[in-house]
Amino acid sequence: MIDGGTERELSATIAQLVQRLKGSHLHSQLERRAKDCLHQPEIKLESLKEDVRHFLRVSGWEKKLHNAVYREMHVQPPLSLLPTPPEHRKEPLLYMRSAQASWERRVLKSLSSMSSELGVPLARKRPAAEQKELANKWNEMSTDEPDLSQFRPVYAPKDFLEVLIGLRNPNHDHSEQVSTRSHWGLIQLPLSVRDCGSDVLGLNVRSYCGSDVLGLNVRSYYVFESQHVEVGKKVVLDQDSAAAQQYSRQGCPMGLRADLWALILNATNQAQDMMHYEQLKAGVIQHDMLVDNLIYKDVKLTASNDDYYFVFEDFLYQVLMCFSRDTAILEHFMYNSASPPRSFIQGGGRGVIPFHGFSMYVAPLCFLYNSPSELYSVFREMYVRYFFRLHSVSSSPSGIVSLCLQFERLLQAHLPQLFYHLRQIGAQPLRIAFRWMVRAFSGYLSTDQLLLLWDRLLAYDSLEILAVLAAAVFAFRSDNLMEVTSLASAEAVLADLSTLKVMPLIQIFLFASAA
Amino acid sequence: MRDVWFLSREERPCVNYKCGLLNTIQDVLRQRPGWTEVKEEGEWDFNWCDVAWLRENFDNTYMEEHVRICHFRNHYELTRKNFMVKNLKRYRKHLEREAGRSEAARCDFFPQTFELPGEYHLFVEEFKRSAGSTWIMKPVARSQGKGIFLFRKLKDITDWKKVRHVCLQDGTRSEEQKNDVHVESYVAQRYIENPYLISGRKFDLRVYVMVTSYIPLKAWLYRDGFARFSNTRFSLSSIDDQYVHLTNVAVQKTAPDYDPEKGCKWQIQQLRRYLTAKHSRETVETLFKEIDNIFIRSLLSVQKVIINDKHCFELYGYDILLDDCLKPWLIEVNASPSLTASSQEDYEMKCRVLEDTLHVVDMEARLTGREKRVGGYDLMWNDGPVFREDAGPETLSSSCFTANTHLGCVNDRKRQLRQMFKPLPGHKRI
Repeated sequence: MIDGGTERELSATIAQLVQRLKGSHLHSQLERRAKDCLHQPEIKLESLKEDVRHFLRVSGWEKKLHNAVYREMHVQPPLSLLPTPPEHRKEPLLYMRSAQASWERRVLKSLSSMSSELGVPLARKRPAAEQKELANKWNEMSTDEPDLSQFRPVYAPKDFLEVLIGLRNPNHDHSEQVSTRSHWGLIQLPLSVRDCGSDVLGLNVRSYCGSDVLGLNVRSYYVFESQHVEVGKKVVLDQDSAAAQQYSRQGCPMGLRADLWALILNATNQAQDMMHYEQLKAGVIQHDMLVDNLIYKDVKLTASNDDYYFVFEDFLYQVLMCFSRDTAILEHFMYNSASPPRSFIQGGGRGVIPFHGFSMYVAPLCFLYNSPSELYSVFREMYVRYFFRLHSVSSSPSGIVSLCLQFERLLQAHLPQLFYHLRQIGAQPLRIAFRWMVRAFSGYLSTDQLLLLWDRLLAYDSLEILAVLAAAVFAFRSDNLMEVTSLASAEAVLADLSTLKVMPLIQIFLFASAA
Repeated sequence: MRDVWFLSREERPCVNYKCGLLNTIQDVLRQRPGWTEVKEEGEWDFNWCDVAWLRENFDNTYMEEHVRICHFRNHYELTRKNFMVKNLKRYRKHLEREAGRSEAARCDFFPQTFELPGEYHLFVEEFKRSAGSTWIMKPVARSQGKGIFLFRKLKDITDWKKVRHVCLQDGTRSEEQKNDVHVESYVAQRYIENPYLISGRKFDLRVYVMVTSYIPLKAWLYRDGFARFSNTRFSLSSIDDQYVHLTNVAVQKTAPDYDPEKGCKWQIQQLRRYLTAKHSRETVETLFKEIDNIFIRSLLSVQKVIINDKHCFELYGYDILLDDCLKPWLIEVNASPSLTASSQEDYEMKCRVLEDTLHVVDMEARLTGREKRVGGYDLMWNDGPVFREDAGPETLSSSCFTANTHLGCVNDRKRQLRQMFKPLPGHKRI
C-alpha cells in the first residue's frame, strides 16, 4: 500500500513537472534539436527513439533538461494528493494566512497614502521626452539627484518584526507561567523547528564541516585547496546543477563562484533571458512607478553608503527597477503565502514592494556578474527561491518566522545564561539578530565571508544556516555580552560583524552544541 | 596595535626619534614602546623627515652607525617623473643590449613619456604619429594632482608654454629646478584611454614598497594597499573634467561633489577578490606577477644611480593603473606617500604599514636578518628574486618557484609578529 502511495505521488509529481516544462523555451529548443538531428546519418529509422535520445545526451541537451527538472523540484512545494484549495497549498495554517493578508493590506495602504499625500500616482506613463532622457542615461542613473526627501521607505525590518512578535495561534493555550521550560524569546508560536544545531543542516557535523579540512596540517591544506579547485573546474565543465550544488557545500573558489551559482540556480543568460531583460527595461522606460522612487531612495541610503558596494550603484537601479515590473515573479506567489496586491498590479506594478534594505539582496551579486541581464537572471532566481521567504509570514521551515524561532531556541538551549541575562536587561536577542537574518547578513559581513555563507545557502537549499550563524555570533561574543547592562550596549557589542569568519564560527558553535 | 607583548622589560630599548610630519606616523612613533621624541636640536637615533628637511640637512649631518633616516639622498631619481623615465629608458636600452628584445620588453610598463622642454621635438614627432590620441601633461616635481591637465591638440600646449614662460619668475624654485631654464620641467605622457573600469568608474592602485638597501638591492612588498576610485563615471568626452581623470584622493577632495564620508577606496584585498570573481584565478595571478615585475625593474633601473647609504631606508608609494586588457602600467612612484588617513579603515591600514616599516628597520635589533616576512611585509628582492619555497634538497630539482609576494592577500600580521618575536626557550639573542 505504501509503495502504491509513493508510486502515485511520483507519477503525479512527474505529470506536474511535465506540465510546467511543456510551454517553456527549453521544450521548444529540445524539439528543434530533435528535429534537426533527424538529418544526421547515424539516426536510423528502426531505432529512432534511442538514437535521438543518444544524440540529445551526447550533445549536452539531456543535461540541460536534468537541470531544468532539478530546478522545478526545488521550487515546487511538496505535492499533496488530497484535494487542497490553492490557498492551502500556499500556506496551510489559517492564522498565518490572515496575518500575511493583513500585513499586506497595511503595506499597501501605506503606499497608497504616500501616493495621495505626495500627489504621485502609483504608476504613470512617461512623456516621450522623458523616455528618451532615461534611455540615454540608463547606465548612469546614479548621477541623477532627484529630490527624495519626501519619500520614506514603506517599512523597515523592525516594523515587520513587530508583526511577527504579535502572531498567535488561536488554538494554542498561552496561560502557562514563564518557566525554564517555556520559550523566553519574542516569537510565541508552537511551530516545529529543528533546534539541535547539528540537525539543522540535516546531516552530521563532521561531513558538514568538511572532514577533509579538519585535522590537516598546513602543507596538506594547500593540496586540498588546489584539488578542490580542480574538481570545481570539472563540475563547471560538466554543467550539472545537482553536482554543482553538492560541490558548493565546501564553498566555492572565487574564480568559479559565478559559474557555479548560475548552474545551481539554473539561471541561464541566453538569448531569451536577455530579451526578457530588454523587455523589462523597455517597461521601465515607458512607465514611471512610485516604487521606483522608493528603490532609488533605498539604494542611496544603503548600498551607496557601503564601502564595498558603493561602486555598483548603477547596476542596482538597473536590476531593481526591472524586477519591480517582472510578471514572471508572480508565478512564485503560487507557492508563497503572500499575494500580489491587486490594486498595485492594476496600477502597473508587479507585486514586490521593497522595504528598507531590499537593495542589499542584489549588491553582493554585483561582485560576481558582469552584464545586467545575467545579474538580473541570477538575482531573480535567488529571490523566488530564498529571499522572498525572509519577508513574508509563513510556516515554511525556511521562512523568517521559523528562522526567528529557531534562533531563539538554539540560543535558549545552548546559551541559557546569556539569553536570560539579555532578557533581563531588556535586550531580547532577536531584536538584534532579526535585521541580520532578514537581509541574509548582506551588508553586515565582509563580502568574502558573505559569499561563503551564500555558497552554503545554495548548497543546502535552506535558509536555516542564517539562524545558526546568528546564534553562533552571539555565542562568540557572549563574554562581552554578559557584561552589558542595556540594549544599547548589547547593540554596540554586536554592531560590527565585518571581521567575523563565518565557517569557523559555525563550526565552533555546532561542535560545542553537539557535545 | 598598541600592545607590547613582543617586548620584555629588559628588552625595551631607548630610541630617540625626530618626526617632521603631523599625521599617522606621529601616532605610530609615539606608541612604540621605548621610543621618545626629541625636540629641536636634540640628538636622534631615528628621523622620519620630509624631503625638504633632507635636502637642507642631509649633507651636513653626521650619523652614527646605528642611526636611521627615512629617505635616500637622491630618491628623486626614482620619484621625479622625468628622472624616473630617463633611468627606465636607459635601463631598458641596457637590457636590450645584454639580454635581447624580449627581456627589454618587460620594461614596457610605463606609457610613452617625453620630458619637456628638452625632448619637445621628439614628442611632437610621436604626437603627430599617433594623431587623435590623448596625452597628459604633468609637472615633474609636484604631487597631489596639481598642475596636471589633458590635451589632444598641440595648440593646447603651445598656449600653455607661452603662459608658463611669462609667469614663472618667482623665487620658489628648489635645488633640482635651479638648473632648468625658464619653463618649469614637465613630462608629456601618453594617456591610457582604456583603463579597466569597475561599474564605469576608473581607479588606480596605491601599493607600498620598502627599500632598505640599494646595493645590494633589498626590497619588501606590503600586502595591504588600496584602490582609489574616481567619483564620477569615466568618459573620454570630458577631458576637461580633471576630477574624472585624476584619481588622487588629494584632487578628489576638492571636487564639488566630493563626500568625505563616501568610501572612494577599496582595500586591495577587495579588488583582488573582485577581479578573481570576474576573471579567473590564473588571470589575476598573472596580473599580480606583472605588477611585481614593475616594482623590481623600476628599482633595478635606479640601483646604480641612487647613493646607497646604510643609514637610509625608504617607503615608496607606487601608483599603478590597470587597462582593460588587465595590463598594469606604472604611473608614478612617491617617496612621501600620503600618510594622512581619509577614514578609520584607512587610518588602521596606514598604521599597520608604518608599524611594520619600523619592525623591518629594526632599531631594537630583534631580527636575525634572514626573515622573509615581517608582519605584512614580504621580502620581494634580496640581491636576487626571493621565492616562497625554501631552497632545499626536495626543491632543487623542481622548476616551479613562486615569488614571495602576497599583494592583496590575507594579512595576518599579528599572528606572524607574535610568532617571530617570541623568544626561543633557552636561546639568548645576540
